[in-house]
Amino acid sequence: MSNTLQSRGTLTPELVIDASSVDRQYWRDLWTYRELFYFLAWRDLLVRYKQTVVGIAWSFIRPFLTMAVLTVVFGKLGNMPSAGVAYPLLVFCGMLPWQFFSTALSESGNSLVNNTNLISKIYFPRLVIPASSVLTSMVDFMISVVFLAILMTWYASIPPAQIVLLPVFIFFALATSLGAGVWVAALTVRYRDFRIIIPFLVQFGLYISPVGFVSTIVPEKWRLLYFLNPIAGVIDGFRWCILGGEHELYLPGLAVSLITATIITLGGIWYFRATENEFADII
Amino acid sequence: MSSPIISAENISKRYFLGRSRDKSDGIRHVLESAVRSPFRWLREHSLRTAKSQEEFWALDDVSFEIKQGQVIGIVGRNGAGKSTLLKILSRITKPTSGRVRLKGRVASLLEVGTGFHPELTGRENIFLNGAILGMSKAEIVHKFDEIVAFSEVEKHLDVPVKRYSSGMYVRLAFAVAAHLEPEILIVDEVLAVGDVAFQRKCLGKMEDVAKGQGRTVLFVSHNMGMVTRLCSHSMLLDKGRLTAMDSTETVISRYLSNGGELAGERVWSDPESRPGTRKLRLLSVRATHSDGKATGIVDIRKPLYVEIHYEVLQELQYGRVGLRVSTSDGTDVFSSADISNEDWRSRRRAIGRYVSRCEIPGNLLNQGIYMVTVAADTPYVETFFVEQSVIRFEVEQTGGPGSHDVDKWIGVVCPALNWDVEVCTAASPVGGSDNGR
Repeated sequence: MSNTLQSRGTLTPELVIDASSVDRQYWRDLWTYRELFYFLAWRDLLVRYKQTVVGIAWSFIRPFLTMAVLTVVFGKLGNMPSAGVAYPLLVFCGMLPWQFFSTALSESGNSLVNNTNLISKIYFPRLVIPASSVLTSMVDFMISVVFLAILMTWYASIPPAQIVLLPVFIFFALATSLGAGVWVAALTVRYRDFRIIIPFLVQFGLYISPVGFVSTIVPEKWRLLYFLNPIAGVIDGFRWCILGGEHELYLPGLAVSLITATIITLGGIWYFRATENEFADII
Repeated sequence: MSSPIISAENISKRYFLGRSRDKSDGIRHVLESAVRSPFRWLREHSLRTAKSQEEFWALDDVSFEIKQGQVIGIVGRNGAGKSTLLKILSRITKPTSGRVRLKGRVASLLEVGTGFHPELTGRENIFLNGAILGMSKAEIVHKFDEIVAFSEVEKHLDVPVKRYSSGMYVRLAFAVAAHLEPEILIVDEVLAVGDVAFQRKCLGKMEDVAKGQGRTVLFVSHNMGMVTRLCSHSMLLDKGRLTAMDSTETVISRYLSNGGELAGERVWSDPESRPGTRKLRLLSVRATHSDGKATGIVDIRKPLYVEIHYEVLQELQYGRVGLRVSTSDGTDVFSSADISNEDWRSRRRAIGRYVSRCEIPGNLLNQGIYMVTVAADTPYVETFFVEQSVIRFEVEQTGGPGSHDVDKWIGVVCPALNWDVEVCTAASPVGGSDNGR
């Protein structure tokens, strides 16, 4: 097959493979493999609703049902304060980042182990795998945003001016999810215990994080401590941007959340890079 | 192009046996020891000591150079380190020490259909697999038709691959891989799958890639015929060491002459443990070629001798010593005994040591692993010993000059049979003498 049409950069730089864990090529490789990153996310999306009856509608049904349950439990039965907005709207604003974080965490946590065959047979920067899982969760997130828009129209809620800052908080959520995701992904390769721990954590997290209620119900003296959970900061930010009104941004809390998120993310990437070399050997 | 495209300097790879399942690595243990004595835990973990674990060197100080355009075969027994070497060269795992310099894009094909997703259609899998193997989307689009044509699955392109037959699956997977255009191609034993016709096609494609396009290929196979056909030079790995790097012919004959792990010989040196009774005891069993040296690797073309050494302790009449050859999956191929030799049918065996040697002709057993069970008895009277699977040997296809039979023929045996072909309806009915016998 004469296929010389493809003229690629023939001057490939010399590649040195040795025992050191420092790989100068790594970030450039990550860029080279960006298409793989999209392809893996595309695969996960394609596969997700194959052979299901309702298909993509699941992406609407799931958050809707969760919202309904949380509204009934916290709003109606628990009679919690809603800071002047319709309770479903309050819940949904909290669920938006929470769902993103929790699916990203569980999906990317399992991603390496689920792709064992790739890891043990092919080289590519391993970071591609958990990152593409986060990207997949991002798609769900976008669907939920559409849903939120519908909900807001229904309740005739007009977003405040600070909505322009929403992308900042989305980035905040993204970084936190990626950071936590790569931590768990790398840890799961060695300690499969995390496959059990994570669903558990996610279940708890829904009640610990201010998803079904507003963070102001946490007593003043514990408030700062409460924001050690970076998602608390993210959720507050989302509500402030989308709902406005009585939702004030609690800045010290936000700062604490940002710091934790940064530590988690940088630490996650560091740990991932440090252990990545032996993934193929121990997975 | 005189400078090497691949140069490996003293690469070694260590594995720890039972590492992942070791209790010292479980999370409970890690947490426990970190909590109980945090400083010691930190110290130990920062040094990454693993003194208590048993180590295993999958590769031990391997150095070599490969020039551009060379097609190198890698041969060796299972566990010799071939796959580890390929994994290091393709960057899947890092060497424990040493270094490799590569000048060019590497694509490795260690498995057919890596990353294929059963739920996706053939079309979708071509894109996914291509991306996984390192092709860009534009490249895949460009070669899409060629890939589909090569795979012969046009009609089923939009069916999920889980509904494919295994043959179609393999064809599609190989088709994608065959259209990679790296400077260095690393291929593990992936051609062992698929039907014979497709294997030939793949082999042809590989020859194309190697000879026609001047790419460097590293090729691992247990099929000596394929190695001979594709590779001018080969390296031989044995227990993690590079024991030879020479022309393929030299390397293969060396590989075949020392059988490695397959047990071509079994000796009972301790008199107490020798199977048998007070009348007759087994001493040793071995498989040899005509040179008399024990071997676990058998050339398919050459006769094989199975020698059963035993000791007669009381004079014996009507005794016999025999063997049964079976395939590794337990199918009995044949059994035979030394009373096939007329001279020994009813001859007395006086006290002393004997060897009964059975010649298994060349071109009889097919490629594969065989086991030999030996037994001695006086028929209907007394059994002295029956020893199951005392030796194991592998019959290998060597191809040899002019041979095109690189594929395994179907069947337990692979005899060289004489064929005669006659023309029955000749175009001109002039003479009947030229086809009569």
